Amino acid sequence: MTIDPLGDSALIVRIDDEFRPDASLNAVLVALRCLEAAELPGVIELAPAYTTIGVFFDPARVAGFDELKTKIERALQPSVEPARPRAETGSVVDVPVCYENEFALDLGEVAEFTGLSEEEIVQRHSSASYRVHCVGFTPGFPFLGGLPAELATPRRATPRKEIPAGAVAIGGAQTGIYPRKSPGGWNIIGRTPLSLFDVQREPPALFRAGDRVRFRKILREEFERSLT
Amino acid sequence: MNVLVNSAGFLTSVQGLGRTGYRQSGVSIGGALDTHALRVANALVGNEDAAAGLEATFGKLRLRFEDERIVAWCGGAFSARIGDEDLPPGHPGLVGKDDELLIVAPSAGSRAWLAISGGLDTPVVLGSRSTDLRGNFGGHQGRALRDGDFLPLRDVDLETAAPWKDRRIAEFSAPATWASTAKRDRFLRIVRAAHWDFFTSDAQAALVSAQFTVTPDSDRMGARLDGPVLERIEASDLLSEAVAPGTLQVPPNGKPILLLGDCQTIGGYPKIAHVITVDLPIAAQLWPGDAVRFHEIPLAEAQELLREREDDFARFRVGLTLHAR
Repeated sequence: MTIDPLGDSALIVRIDDEFRPDASLNAVLVALRCLEAAELPGVIELAPAYTTIGVFFDPARVAGFDELKTKIERALQPSVEPARPRAETGSVVDVPVCYENEFALDLGEVAEFTGLSEEEIVQRHSSASYRVHCVGFTPGFPFLGGLPAELATPRRATPRKEIPAGAVAIGGAQTGIYPRKSPGGWNIIGRTPLSLFDVQREPPALFRAGDRVRFRKILREEFERSLT
Repeated sequence: MNVLVNSAGFLTSVQGLGRTGYRQSGVSIGGALDTHALRVANALVGNEDAAAGLEATFGKLRLRFEDERIVAWCGGAFSARIGDEDLPPGHPGLVGKDDELLIVAPSAGSRAWLAISGGLDTPVVLGSRSTDLRGNFGGHQGRALRDGDFLPLRDVDLETAAPWKDRRIAEFSAPATWASTAKRDRFLRIVRAAHWDFFTSDAQAALVSAQFTVTPDSDRMGARLDGPVLERIEASDLLSEAVAPGTLQVPPNGKPILLLGDCQTIGGYPKIAHVITVDLPIAAQLWPGDAVRFHEIPLAEAQELLREREDDFARFRVGLTLHAR
């Protein structure tokens, strides 16, 4: 573990040197719970992502970088192991997806790149099990690990100017869902009627880092029924 | 009571100190790009630090008030008037019922923060009244102001807030360096970032010696800079990790982006440096075509400068209570 400054009011705790899909995520989640439980004075919020946790603090309430670093190291010491919270396994979120043509704008391109038929892509995408590695890019956007390797497809050379809310997409070795209408470069293979981000909810994002996700293929009628 | 937006100007939005606690949902901190300027303006009108005010970009803002209010603004080299009377930056002024407050385009800098006594009473969304312009929530209907908007104001007792109100514009003011933040020589102090060593020694030297120019595709997310290409020793992909306002990240084209308040919560580009917090007010004034240079200081000094400013601000607040007596 190393700790780097992130400017004068934040720092980054590096939990793992390289990303190991489940192990890194579990280690980050354990560390996140430890830091939350430690309630270090002056710490405002924590931002986990893949192998790191961003720690944002109020410099007026922290003596200095080194002091906070020491406190964080102490909070994350393996010697306090018995008291350490376990990584939450996370919720399991069932995500209905309509993969029909009008929603699967780039399914043809993915088929061409992977050499698989469109049916096979849908079948494999909807039978794999995924995990939320982090939430970001736009409010509520989940970066999901666990995409079957044969479905990996590079991002589009030219990003689309407008991707509809709920679009399920493949970008490189990851898959994700666009919470709202936005530009984006990932390959769209379907669409979910779920609302991924809602300021009336607490927390507003449907997904949290560590959650497990399964995609369930639905027909157009169910998609439309769920929307209303 | 309300304030009527007669002219919304180029880009004006309701902003407070931003939104914390929702980075794990991917929500940016947002808020006033220069939170210090907003806090100073709020202090001048008797508001708490976090009261919601307006961030005006490039001016052309005209407001009409339904009741008597104290107003104050800080930021770029704008000129502002209440009716025919000049309202200099950092001075509280009194607007009467049906008076018009005008903020015209600046001669330097790009943004101004206006505080109104009582503060704007737009709904609190995810703990803040700030507008998230990318997420379209918070502030006034989650969007920039338009001509004809009515903005609700919280009630306020003017008698206690402005005992000087036999004059229209108060004689006292905030320190000039806080009230007027547009600079002719834009030197931004930086500290090294986690990926400093990923860059060539030429890139490191260029960052602190060359001049960079703000490009037109800059916005509240970040100021994009043109200048020498900052090359990495070897190109490899990084995992996305937390970024913050002030982060200087370098995409593959080697042209740095200085992240501002609306920046994403996480980013995958390498970070070469961070602009220190006390210099973010200068960064918040950058406008396409502006030249900017960077100067490296140690991290401990950056934190000391911030603590000093906070101490000065606390003294400033105490001093204002004397004026109000």
